[in-house]
Amino acid sequence: MSRSSALPRWAEWGLLPLINLGVALALAGGVVAVLGESPWVAVKLLVAGAFGSQEGIGYTLYYATNFIFTGLAVAVAYQAGLFNIGVEGQAYVGGLGVGLVALEWGEAHPLLVLPLAMLAGALGGAAWAWLPAWLQARRGSHIVITTIMFNFLASALVTYLLVNVLIKPGQQSPETREFGPGAMMPAMHEVLGAGGIAFAASPWNIAFGLALMAAVAVWVLIWRTRWGYAWRVAGENPTAAIYAGIAPARVIIGSMVISGALAGGLGLNELLGSQHRILIDFPGGAGFVGIAVALMGRNHPAGIVAAAVLFGGLYQGGAQLSFDLPRINRDMVVVIQGLVILICGALGDIFHAPLLAMLHFWGRARRSATG
Amino acid sequence: METYTLIILLLAATLRVATPLLLAALGGMFSERAGVIDLGLEGKLLGAAFASAAVSAVTGSAWLGLGAGILTAVGLALIIGFACITHRGNQVVAGMAITLMVGGLGPTLGLAWFNLGGQTPQLDGAGQRFTALVWPWAQTAREHPWPGLLYAELLSGQNLLVYVAALLVPVSGWILAQTRFGLRLRAVGENPHAVETAGISVTWLRYRALMISGVLCGVAGTYLATAASAGFVRDMTAGKGYLALAALIFGQWRPWPTLGACLLFAFTDALATRCQGVALPLVGVMPVQFILALPYALTVVLLAGLAGKTLAPRALGIPYAKDK
Amino acid sequence: MNGSGGSATERGFSASAVPAGARGASGPALELRGIEKRFGTVYANRAISMVVERGSVHGLIGENGAGKSTLMNIVYGFQSADAGEILVNGRAVVIGAPEAAIAAGIGMVHQHFMLVETFTAVENAVLGVEGGLQLAGGLARARRELARLAGEYGLEVPLATPVAELTVGLRQRVEILKALYRRADILILDEPTAVLTPGEATALFGILRRLRSEGKAVILVTHKLREIMAITDRVTVMRQGAIVGEFVTRETSVGALAEKMMGRAVGGPLEKPPVQPGGTRLAVRDLEVRDGQGVVRVRRVSFDLRAGEIVGLAGVSGNGQTELLGALAGMLAPSKGTISLGGRELVAAKVGPRERRRLGLAHVPEDRLGMGVVAGFSAAANAILGYHDRPRYTRGPLLRMAVIREECIQKMAVHDVRPAAPDLRITAFSGGNQQKLVLAREMDGEPSVLLVGQPTRGVDIGAIEFIHRRLVALRDAGKAILVVSVELEEILGLADRILVMNGGEIVGEVARGEATEAQLGLWMAGVSGEGRG
Repeated sequence: MSRSSALPRWAEWGLLPLINLGVALALAGGVVAVLGESPWVAVKLLVAGAFGSQEGIGYTLYYATNFIFTGLAVAVAYQAGLFNIGVEGQAYVGGLGVGLVALEWGEAHPLLVLPLAMLAGALGGAAWAWLPAWLQARRGSHIVITTIMFNFLASALVTYLLVNVLIKPGQQSPETREFGPGAMMPAMHEVLGAGGIAFAASPWNIAFGLALMAAVAVWVLIWRTRWGYAWRVAGENPTAAIYAGIAPARVIIGSMVISGALAGGLGLNELLGSQHRILIDFPGGAGFVGIAVALMGRNHPAGIVAAAVLFGGLYQGGAQLSFDLPRINRDMVVVIQGLVILICGALGDIFHAPLLAMLHFWGRARRSATG
Repeated sequence: METYTLIILLLAATLRVATPLLLAALGGMFSERAGVIDLGLEGKLLGAAFASAAVSAVTGSAWLGLGAGILTAVGLALIIGFACITHRGNQVVAGMAITLMVGGLGPTLGLAWFNLGGQTPQLDGAGQRFTALVWPWAQTAREHPWPGLLYAELLSGQNLLVYVAALLVPVSGWILAQTRFGLRLRAVGENPHAVETAGISVTWLRYRALMISGVLCGVAGTYLATAASAGFVRDMTAGKGYLALAALIFGQWRPWPTLGACLLFAFTDALATRCQGVALPLVGVMPVQFILALPYALTVVLLAGLAGKTLAPRALGIPYAKDK
Repeated sequence: MNGSGGSATERGFSASAVPAGARGASGPALELRGIEKRFGTVYANRAISMVVERGSVHGLIGENGAGKSTLMNIVYGFQSADAGEILVNGRAVVIGAPEAAIAAGIGMVHQHFMLVETFTAVENAVLGVEGGLQLAGGLARARRELARLAGEYGLEVPLATPVAELTVGLRQRVEILKALYRRADILILDEPTAVLTPGEATALFGILRRLRSEGKAVILVTHKLREIMAITDRVTVMRQGAIVGEFVTRETSVGALAEKMMGRAVGGPLEKPPVQPGGTRLAVRDLEVRDGQGVVRVRRVSFDLRAGEIVGLAGVSGNGQTELLGALAGMLAPSKGTISLGGRELVAAKVGPRERRRLGLAHVPEDRLGMGVVAGFSAAANAILGYHDRPRYTRGPLLRMAVIREECIQKMAVHDVRPAAPDLRITAFSGGNQQKLVLAREMDGEPSVLLVGQPTRGVDIGAIEFIHRRLVALRDAGKAILVVSVELEEILGLADRILVMNGGEIVGEVARGEATEAQLGLWMAGVSGEGRG
């Protein structure tokens, strides 16, 4: 969408997303009020739960790790002009790969198991993205619908495997046995403790560092390589891509495979870092949070990390909230997520013009005051 | 005779499963023929299911539930319209956002109002649900299997909303082909600039199309919560909105072929449900997960089979701006 | 909103045929008083006042960007003026939307037709004036009325065929019929001949004369002076958003109008040294290209392109030039025939656009914004489009950003791209500067063959001269150049040899010195004379 004039970078990248989030929160606050609770109390509990303690911060960053991976996955496809709604399923199947490696070689040395698990996660996620991509590229099947269907299919597949194949014998709930010690992501509080810094225990683990590295890698890939260049051309102007000799099929398949591989990173954090077993629905909607995170972060890795931390805070704070206010549960966070997607993604420009006018006015007022 | 009974029962089940799909798909047809992608079908279904179940539970009237379901779905459609028509937002993103939002909002409100972990109370009182309408002499007809059973099980004994859905197919076809509104709707999905030039408001036309989609989704969601089941549970639509969208695409945005596609999905579903736990030749007992996944797999296969040869409205998905 | 649509309906079927143009009050058919329209700080229209009499054809001319389209959009209600008054038949009217224009008796035939392609002519005509909730009656009435109008004005079209299957000339007739069906007394035609053959244009002028004799007021918006001289009674000249002259057509001349339009005396023809063609660089034989629907768009096309010559490909838009360019550039796969570049066969070997660039084939596309540049990218990023995997821009998979930026600055200097700001978004540059950058980019790989589609479409006058001179310089440096243009004057000025396309075929070929506009016009219309020798 072309804009008549641009906002300064700090407003475009900082203020505008915050305004969007603020409006989403305000609307959600309205829902809280309808439920008979005080939105103000809820916000205080939320913030305190998310950022008020070391443990809270640990949990916030643990959730954020998942969202960085899924947000990056959505963004990579988005830059290539594809709306990947299948990140949830790709994370599920990628996580399955992570878990299988962890179950099989969990007793081996971590330096052997962890890279292998990363590879398996990436491959699993990539494979689950490859087929819809191939169908779009070769058969013209709309990728939005196929990836949605692949979410359901991933759920059916993993459930089947858990219930019938991988379940720990003699157990009711469909879960595998615990991974071996080699397949555990070191927890951050342990790593920090080893370095002499005391930090409260939480599931926050070094997968967070991997997620940050992935963010840097995605930035380089999209803005500093010829592949990323080609993807962005295809995303912005498909006709220009064909003109430039960029094959659409390769863009679709290439970007979706990378997108799926990034989604597979979720398993590292969730399974190796926290659950230490494969269980039903371990992505827990993080694939959809990724859509909100990517849109709020304007499909830029730096924005995505920031948005992921905010959403991590919402998740952690929301858990705290449902504990203290029993009338509110964590589904409230899903509502906020939907609102953020609506406002950032579909109403992206609604506050653009007013903000521009306001900055203009302030700028003039200041100039006239000084001059 | 055994096979005959089986087939009749299977077909009856097909009609029941097809009803919400068909209602949603026809709703989506109005929206998409007007040029607005309707990925919000799922969310509108879910929202209507919650609202109808909640209101029916509180008031004891399925009809009031239906009203609430329709109002809710139309309200959601208007939000999509505000984003996609008024603000020219991305239609796919807007639909997705609505679906996610409703997915969270239903259980949140459900928990706060009914304290049942996000569900609505079981609808078991008289008048709280839409139930089967038994036609005259259905019981008597049963004694003469051919054609009595067909009459008793297939024609009679369906829910009011099933008949409504069936009736809507020819009605939609007539509206599209024979009325002023239909002509304008088809035009705005093909070339909104031509419509604006002809002195017709593109915005208002598209809003009306979206509201029709809302009404039909409202009926479909109400059917799910108050006819096919007895109350709202979390994520109860389970992708039916998306299946309806796929049926619409497979039906090439036309009422009768869309009906065919919905029946195909529903038949597959009904057949698979029948086969649950039954040992089939060659494959043995199908795992329940595979049976549940069948409609989704079928969607992927059908869409791949279309191979891009679609008669999609030309302006579908493109936000309309007056100044090109 | 439907209310006024409804009133148009009633008007449309008031059987008592009001004498056209004499409806109600007296005064001129259309009068504009002091129309102003600003976009930001730029005036698109400034103090525009003009009078259009009924029973006349009124010309409105000006260069691209002179403000003609904005003015007509205001009259038709697509945009609203910041100030000023519109009077129809001497009465002030407020035109806030097209329905108000229609109600006031104004009809418009847009350059890009406003037709629903899946609809028939009848369905297109009734859209908005259906005459009731159900269609059947309205369609039947429209069928009768359209048949009558078609007979009266010589506008015969197949009424029951979807518009998509009609030729461009017939679609234009449908547009005019649409306006007449709505009882339009003032008819605006925006660049109506851009898509017509000279023959079709002549037929259109015949129709316009009949409309004039029936008392209609016709406004002809164009930038072609010849048309103005041929058909109009009065002419208004616009430049930079303002009216700079108004004439009675038969009292003025092409030269005087051109000078007014451009604001200075028109320069003579382009100076070129004599052509000295070398060896064949590009050889096309028996090429056939089909579009996505399998319709043959290019058939039996054969020609050679030699080093050091400019070959001009003339033809009315939509006669296969776009598809031919696409096939030559490797974007479309031909269904038959061969293309060889420097002796290497490209079609059977499935050589794509990327490899063709490597082999020395450069392509400045017809549709610059749709294809030639990426709107959201900076100038520097656009300056490597298609060349982004060249070794000098890359280190492994990485792009060498500093080199890319530096080279963009150089290209901007050599090709006079202003402003010389590589980080600025491409859309912030004028059309002419965008085109110069695209041309600079395509010269980047030292090509031996250059394909140029519509070299000066949407380009300001200063840049036109620069681009033309640049193309001639490239020719003299030994490049083989194919110029595709719908502007006959451009072809006549630039080309050493001219090919004419009609209906997907090359129907004529002539050397520059021997070309007459009349002969080219006949070929463009598909009237085969001696054809190709």
